[in-house]
Amino acid sequence: MRPFRFERATDAQQAVALLGDAPDARYLGGGTNLVDLMRLGVETPGTLIDVTRLVGYDRIDEGDDGGLRIGAAVRNSDLAADPRVRERYPVLAEAVLHGASGQLRNLATVGGNLLQRTRCAYFTDVTKPCNKRALGTGCPAREGRHHNHAIFGHSEHCVATHPSDMAVALAALGATVHALGPAGARTIPIPGFYRLPEDAPHRDTLLEPGELITAVELGPPPGRQTRQRYRKVRERRSFAFALASVAAVLDLESSGTVSDVRIALGGVAHMPWRATRAEVALRGAPVTPERATEAAQAELEYAQPLRDNSYKVELAHNLIAATLMELAA
Amino acid sequence: MSVTVTGAIGAAVDRVEGRAKVTGQAKYAYEYRQDAVAYAAILQSTVAKGAVRTVEAASVLELPGVHAVLWHDNAPRLHEVSDGELEVLQSDRVSYRGQIIGAVIADSYETARQAERLVRIEYAQEPHDVLLRADHPKLYTPEKVNPNYPAVTEDGDFDSAFAAAEVKIDCTYETPAEHNNPMEPHATLAIWEENGVTLFDSNQGVVNVKTTVARAFGLEPDQVRVVSPHVGGGFGSKGTPRPHVILAVMAAQALGRPVKLAVTRQQMFALTGYRTPTIQRMRLGADRDGRLTAIGHEAILQSSTVREFAEQAALPSRMMYEAPHRRTTHRLARLDVPTPSWMRAPGETPGMYALESAMDELAIAGGIDPIELRVRNDPEVDPETGHRFSSRNLVACLREGAERFGWNSRDSRPGVHREGRWLIGTGVAASTYPARRQPSSARASYEPDHGYKIQIAAADIGTGARTALTQIAADALEVPVEEVEVQIGDSSFPEAFLAGGSMGNSSWGSAVVKACRELRARMAEEGSEVPLWVEVDTKAEAAAASAEPLAKHGFGAQFIEARVDVDTGEVHVPRALGVFAVGRIINPKTARSQFIGGMTMGIGMALHEESLIDLEFGDYLNHDLAGYHVPTNPDIEQLEAIWLEEDDPHVNPMGAKGIGEIGIVGTAAAVANAVHHATGIRVRDLPIRPDKLVGAVPRGNR
Amino acid sequence: MPITDIPRPLGKKLQDGRSFFPSGVADGGAGRVRLVPGIEPPILADVRLRINGTEHQLTIDTRTSLLDLLREHLDLTGAKKGCDHGQCGACTILIDGRRANACLALAVAHNGAEIVSVEGLADGDILHPLQRAFIEHDAFQCGYCTPGQLCSAVGMLDEVRDGWPSAVTPLLAAEGEIELTAAEIRERMNGNLCRCGAYANIVPAIGDAAA
Repeated sequence: MRPFRFERATDAQQAVALLGDAPDARYLGGGTNLVDLMRLGVETPGTLIDVTRLVGYDRIDEGDDGGLRIGAAVRNSDLAADPRVRERYPVLAEAVLHGASGQLRNLATVGGNLLQRTRCAYFTDVTKPCNKRALGTGCPAREGRHHNHAIFGHSEHCVATHPSDMAVALAALGATVHALGPAGARTIPIPGFYRLPEDAPHRDTLLEPGELITAVELGPPPGRQTRQRYRKVRERRSFAFALASVAAVLDLESSGTVSDVRIALGGVAHMPWRATRAEVALRGAPVTPERATEAAQAELEYAQPLRDNSYKVELAHNLIAATLMELAA
Repeated sequence: MSVTVTGAIGAAVDRVEGRAKVTGQAKYAYEYRQDAVAYAAILQSTVAKGAVRTVEAASVLELPGVHAVLWHDNAPRLHEVSDGELEVLQSDRVSYRGQIIGAVIADSYETARQAERLVRIEYAQEPHDVLLRADHPKLYTPEKVNPNYPAVTEDGDFDSAFAAAEVKIDCTYETPAEHNNPMEPHATLAIWEENGVTLFDSNQGVVNVKTTVARAFGLEPDQVRVVSPHVGGGFGSKGTPRPHVILAVMAAQALGRPVKLAVTRQQMFALTGYRTPTIQRMRLGADRDGRLTAIGHEAILQSSTVREFAEQAALPSRMMYEAPHRRTTHRLARLDVPTPSWMRAPGETPGMYALESAMDELAIAGGIDPIELRVRNDPEVDPETGHRFSSRNLVACLREGAERFGWNSRDSRPGVHREGRWLIGTGVAASTYPARRQPSSARASYEPDHGYKIQIAAADIGTGARTALTQIAADALEVPVEEVEVQIGDSSFPEAFLAGGSMGNSSWGSAVVKACRELRARMAEEGSEVPLWVEVDTKAEAAAASAEPLAKHGFGAQFIEARVDVDTGEVHVPRALGVFAVGRIINPKTARSQFIGGMTMGIGMALHEESLIDLEFGDYLNHDLAGYHVPTNPDIEQLEAIWLEEDDPHVNPMGAKGIGEIGIVGTAAAVANAVHHATGIRVRDLPIRPDKLVGAVPRGNR
Repeated sequence: MPITDIPRPLGKKLQDGRSFFPSGVADGGAGRVRLVPGIEPPILADVRLRINGTEHQLTIDTRTSLLDLLREHLDLTGAKKGCDHGQCGACTILIDGRRANACLALAVAHNGAEIVSVEGLADGDILHPLQRAFIEHDAFQCGYCTPGQLCSAVGMLDEVRDGWPSAVTPLLAAEGEIELTAAEIRERMNGNLCRCGAYANIVPAIGDAAA
């Protein structure tokens, strides 16, 4: 690990200013991914700016409309345990609880969770090429071991997936990221916050250099008829990244007709993947086994599996259909 | 001949070092404090084959706190090394990716790890070959398989018998490379002094380490002391010294300071051994009544170019079942990979996965209950040698397990039992492991003020050996366990065999019993007012035991319930039961832990574990615990192990067979058989991950 | 263990375990020495921690994890290094009362924290109920994951008392008491790997200690 200076910021403006003074600096949240990557040599910051103690950023505040503003320094475990989150946005609590371990969630922050990097084994090994880590060196996963890689939106430059569970739920909930940078504050809706790899896989998000995530905002809670669910499939029962996951938010009228539905997939793309084609196919009629299957099909027919991961097409299809049926039951 | 029972043997005694372990006071190798210690970091090759051209170390040495960079050009020459893996820094050759090609030694751990990444190395790279295949042109038949068995056996006329069999199966099973991954990474603290070297080292046998280091560095054996009182698991990977031990001693010698070296978790995937991948063709032929006529077991395995290690995967097919016509073969390909080595029950573990899966397939082909098939083919004598079994209670294990597991109400049709989104099935498989022993020595002493003390260079890698030996000694001395202190894990104690091959307690316990008896005899003559000690070895007894015309093996039966999610192919194991017949159980508490631990690792083998070889770069790609999945707590639900009373006076004075490995043998087959029963899908290449089952359930059935 | 004759070390003796660096190498400030690209000396920082009830003030490399601080600088080797990447849980300690992976926690980032490691669980000679239960149930074999399992279980039971849900908690949205089923214990202990495979003993041990 490269030696680094350590600075602790007490407010967001100060953090942004500190980073402006040291271009090779990085913001430090819980460190569960950044310290891991520094030890691997993937990240080599000369300065760490600790943003876990920014005053007021470790709170979850309630808006007049019942929405929540989640400070970026809120720990993952506090987010999942918050009664308002559990009651109004259970899909978010479920997603967070399906990620990592109890002790990692105690360290990890909301901002850091959004910015965690892919667990592609080529990315984390600095002795190998990887466009995401070192642009222009190539993507060995494309022809190499990729059974756990993307089936949507990948490019010849990168086939990695985004590892966050929380972000998948936030994508289904239509959350908004608040950021502060040298040019001021702005808001970016998820999933637009994330990007596909295209020819610049070294960039995971649309954040500009020096921008700091300050909060995540959730709009007014869905109505009482709304049903939410996060389901994740892993290679072992727990404490593993997703082969595929689904976050679904389903609004039903009393007749059973789907008034609104939002579905996001994890483990299948460089970003949380909103299954908008499936959503369109579902609106305006009740959920039946046939319609659930058709909706899943509508999305998955656009999948582009790699040589060794076509099982994910079936897996994601079944996850969507089964989760819809479960929610509609 | 058996031990006079005063009650210690057979008692569920708490682990004697339990308090030290739960309070954090038990010291492991890396944790011994030494003033002025330096930290070494390993440099690994980043090519799989070729030669190191240049090592650019000058600039790194300018980093404050960095003391030395070792590589083949400046490393001390070793004297005598018999294992190619241990010829550390003796040439410029690179034989696999991740091989040790140098080391950085610094004042702090952080600086050593920083410097490790700054050394520039140039290679002359050559094309590598790292993929084991059934048609690999380099396949050959080794002279012997591990540890010293013939590679090929032929009995009767297998080809004709198989061709003529009324019921038969011909299936190929594959297991991937698997890594031992003990929780404590391999580590050595080396202290080089004028008179010799002291090592605090994590290993399964201090004697092996002592002998190997003495030879390598041209020292007398008594100039090397190895201290290893607590070892954080090994599962075979610490059975022989690994290259980092040589490197640590070299670094301490070069620097004149104590040096600490821990292999990182990532480095362990190249440097500390693993189980070879296997490709096993099984051909079983039987008559209509399910009596086997032909058993064919042909195993394909890999080794490295630096050393031949041939896992004895086909071995269990030589003694498990009766059949007049039998063939077992082993073929190896020497690839540009790290050398595979021992991993919990080498041979039996992959071999019994293949044999016991094949038995399940044969049972289905012949319309016979899988337990009945095994019972019908249970041999009277060892089919290989014609010797009687010292004891063999496989049938009793199967029957007892069937009763307890509720096997007898099982609907044998696959894929018919469904609850909600789960398909449910049950599977059975047999377990076996040889009961061998090796010579060991031990010292027993008595001091009027301090009581009894046993010293033996044994190892407790979590097996409970220290506790079991305390009980064995107490009974042999006819005193309560509280009056006996057993000291192990130090090469200054009487020489003993390593913790391997499930031979630890058998070998050490025999020596301890003998020492304790002699001590008692001396005390009977000389009284208990003066300090007394005796030292014995069991060379004669071990040789006599090996020469006995008896086949000595433990047996067991494993029962698994598997649930498979119809949508996702996820497999859960809500119930696992192991029933074992392994002679006398010294300590039911620690013995049960050995069984359930083995079964847990077996569930991992069945469902999770796979080291993925990267064809382009030649290394095991998923080289950490996030990429290589071992079972975690939620993967294990109801899991129980029981044993039958078995009296076997032939194996050793305690009548106890080894139990460290039999628990993993058969588990994977039982899981695979249960998954087949649940789904009708036979997965013949482990692990059984969702990707192999998803979509296998027809959509119409969901 | 009675290892009385540990060899005398050679080489120059440092004054204490902390002064690992030649003086004046690094000033921790802006005037950093940079010799050759990548050849950057360590940067030091002062940290103050309360560890198992005792105040400690140390000057350390900013790169030092809490795990290495405990093990290499304070000789508190109870917390174990199994992977150094948050993948095994052997290093689990309590930071300000919450369980956390000490390998990923930079010591400088936890300046001022209250730390409890396995050495701090017992009350003098009286073992913590979880420690007793682990011995009674033989909830370990090699013992290397055990300190992490124990600290994790202590933190986990507090989380349960605080009503925190897990991924297997039924009726996630409902507040109230969590029923500590075996499934709950298993899921909540997911971050502590045990390669010896003692899970089937760890779960009842924790259940008993919590009862």
